Amino acid sequence: MTTQGLITAKDFCTYHHVEYTLIHSLNEAGLVEIQVINHTDYIPESELQKLEKMIRLHNELEINVAGIGAVTHLLQRLEDIQEEMRMLRNRLSRYEGDDF
Amino acid sequence: MAFIDYYKILGLDKNASEKDIKTAYRKLARQYHPDLNPNDPEANKKFQQINEANEVLSDAEKRKKYDKYGENWQHGEEYEKYARQQQAHGQQYSGFGTGHTQGFESFEDFGGGDFSDFFQSMFGGMGGRSSGRQAKYRGQDYNAELHLSLKEASETHKQTLIVNGKNIRITIPAGIENGQTIKINGHGGPGVNGGPAGDLYITFSIAADPNFKRDGANLFTTVKLDLYTAVLGGEVTIDTLNGKVKIKVAPETQNGTTIRLKGKGMPVYKKEGEAGDLLVTYSVQLPANLTEKQKQLFTELSKS
Repeated sequence: MTTQGLITAKDFCTYHHVEYTLIHSLNEAGLVEIQVINHTDYIPESELQKLEKMIRLHNELEINVAGIGAVTHLLQRLEDIQEEMRMLRNRLSRYEGDDF
Repeated sequence: MAFIDYYKILGLDKNASEKDIKTAYRKLARQYHPDLNPNDPEANKKFQQINEANEVLSDAEKRKKYDKYGENWQHGEEYEKYARQQQAHGQQYSGFGTGHTQGFESFEDFGGGDFSDFFQSMFGGMGGRSSGRQAKYRGQDYNAELHLSLKEASETHKQTLIVNGKNIRITIPAGIENGQTIKINGHGGPGVNGGPAGDLYITFSIAADPNFKRDGANLFTTVKLDLYTAVLGGEVTIDTLNGKVKIKVAPETQNGTTIRLKGKGMPVYKKEGEAGDLLVTYSVQLPANLTEKQKQLFTELSKS
């Protein structure tokens, strides 16, 4: 199986100076995806940004895995609500202003 | 360089204990952390200030220097060494206000300003930050706004932006919406102490179009129809985003009738080949300034 677009969890942990147990806990909590190929754990590139954000929350704000889960969920909801608000504003603009 | 009151930033007074500093920092960092405040440049700026304040006040040695030298705390020791050296050599340099060590108790001795270029070039590396001991912080996110016309938003095209002196060429996919924000990874401010760069957020502002209103991928327009074409049927030419089209008008078309032109709306964002519809509403115009003959004919018509 190809490992293209995947980064070994070990490399990630070395680069970010984090313990593998944190990545494992985030994976267990369903917050990040890990792929196991030939007994090696890989992180898909598509997960990197999300994972790095979680690591920052953990390191800089001392938030535990459960807290990261809650924060991630609320941030996603906030983003969804902002997107919905933007769409509704655009729709509303159809009925505002001049008649042409 | 303006004086930065690190105590004020953390909401503390000068007698704050280590514990007070830690508590205040944690509280404010959680409030203003960039990951918890996406697209908020003010929060970002505030977070950097809080970090800087914490970096100085949580380190006993740095705090001592800061309390002694004020805004020039990072350079105070070097300056003292330099001043002692100059005194030993019996030399004086202009620009520092004093040629001896006494009285160098506060930054006011420098006239409240920054160190001179001469001083900086002599001692070099004025950042004074020892990166080995400090945490890495992600750089500031930048926010930019890009204005497009509806026509521009309907076509995939490239644009070059200048962000902090750097040219960034981006591809804007057709169908982008008003208020939509796209993120360009790593094009924000540089990280602190080797941390990753922030991201660049570009929000699109699409100007209102005089001919079309938009709802998602659908466009709406109103076309004037003369009474005779509305009653008897005929053809009408309609402006679309991609040019004019001729459409047939059915006889006895009512005022306010809406027809749908499939695929003549906006392209669907990031779905190549898909487009919304153009909804055309007819506005039937009644004839004005009728001649006597026309009035007579309408009278006859009304009686028939």
